[in-house]
Amino acid sequence: MGGLRTAGDLVARAQIEKKLKIHDAKSYVAQKLSIDLETMTDECKMKELRERLDIGHALSPLGYAKGLAAKIRIAQLCDFKINCVTKFLEKTKLSGASPTS
Amino acid sequence: MRTGSGLLIKMTREHIRSDIEDGVKEASQKAHVPGLSGSEIDQIVEIMTERTTLVGVEPGREVVLTTDGSYMKFTGISRYAGIPMSKEQAVWTSERVLGFDTMDLGTTDYSFKPVKPIAIDEAHQLENCQLFSIVPLLYGAMPNLGVYYQSLGGKWPSPVDLMKQGKIADARTAQENAARDLTRDITYVARIMYQAGADALNLDTTGAAGDAEFYASLQAIQSVSKEIGMPVEVGMSGEMIQGMHLELTYKGKRLAGLWPHEQGKLVQEAGASIFGPSVNTRIGKSFPWNVGFSVTFVKKCVEELAIPVHVNLGMGVCGIPMVETVPVECASRAAKAMITVADVDGI
Repeated sequence: MGGLRTAGDLVARAQIEKKLKIHDAKSYVAQKLSIDLETMTDECKMKELRERLDIGHALSPLGYAKGLAAKIRIAQLCDFKINCVTKFLEKTKLSGASPTS
Repeated sequence: MRTGSGLLIKMTREHIRSDIEDGVKEASQKAHVPGLSGSEIDQIVEIMTERTTLVGVEPGREVVLTTDGSYMKFTGISRYAGIPMSKEQAVWTSERVLGFDTMDLGTTDYSFKPVKPIAIDEAHQLENCQLFSIVPLLYGAMPNLGVYYQSLGGKWPSPVDLMKQGKIADARTAQENAARDLTRDITYVARIMYQAGADALNLDTTGAAGDAEFYASLQAIQSVSKEIGMPVEVGMSGEMIQGMHLELTYKGKRLAGLWPHEQGKLVQEAGASIFGPSVNTRIGKSFPWNVGFSVTFVKKCVEELAIPVHVNLGMGVCGIPMVETVPVECASRAAKAMITVADVDGI
């Protein structure tokens, strides 16, 4: 699905964590991002969206969320319980501030 | 067109159709599942006869890619690309340059038994990777029950040697003991990786050593998914579970002789998140025959399971010829057939 170029990583998370079949996983992510399925497969629109939402993308511009910062935002936006995010927030005693704990 | 061994051959459209029909019929008869409809076979014929090297799906039909042994495809010397690259670099390259939806880490000796003594070191690297990567990161290895037997340096006598001596009961006991150790080791590695922040565990080529290995894997999936709370992706090794023990059951179902849709149901019941069926390529048959054969099994899996089905599409499985440099025209056609006819959730 193109991973960070589109929403492949998000749809993959919906499958892994929530055990959703592909059509349901895409619909889930589309609903969370408030987009339609056509936008989800458009690399150009998704780059702009991922920048606006600051959830990371394949390019690495200065100042935008990358790595764990992007995953924290993804977890909040898409209601994913991301293991490394939970552990990071526990380690930094920030878990009370996040719905992922 | 190609054979299952990768040789280039010429085939007429009629020959392609009749090979697909033969493959479908054989799969249907073996696994007692419905064959493909006329229109589904027409679709595969059209895919096979498209004039371009690479074929694709229409926008919106793309599926998720999960991987196994990916890190080693970049760095593995002698068998793979042999690029001197760290795990961190491999993950970063995969997500930013190659557009992978997920990535997985593993070690060169890619089985759970040899991972166990170095699990902490492996987990350390995974923890590093999780700091800067964004895509889901799995940790993978093969159950590989064979390494628990003395013939491959393990503790237990080889059941094959015992069977040759007529010691069937002893052969079963050896497999049960090895299975118990395998379940313990998978669970141990999973626990360490989950503590390090892994998103999921990947069991690769599950069932390669027969029903005892599948039994151990199911027990481990149950433990990992329900007790540790870690998602599990399970990739199988072949379309039928070989009966090396013959009397092992899971939830009342005998494991020997199970076909992909039956394997998937048990994997789902054990608590896995993703099921990856495998169908071994017949090298004496054509590529269209192998695709028809594989799609028939996989379509039934997708219909029967509530969890995502990520078909194994690699060297020697699910239609792909048995060659180390997979021809692009075969990979894209097999993928398109699996997506548009079998309606898989991923690859």
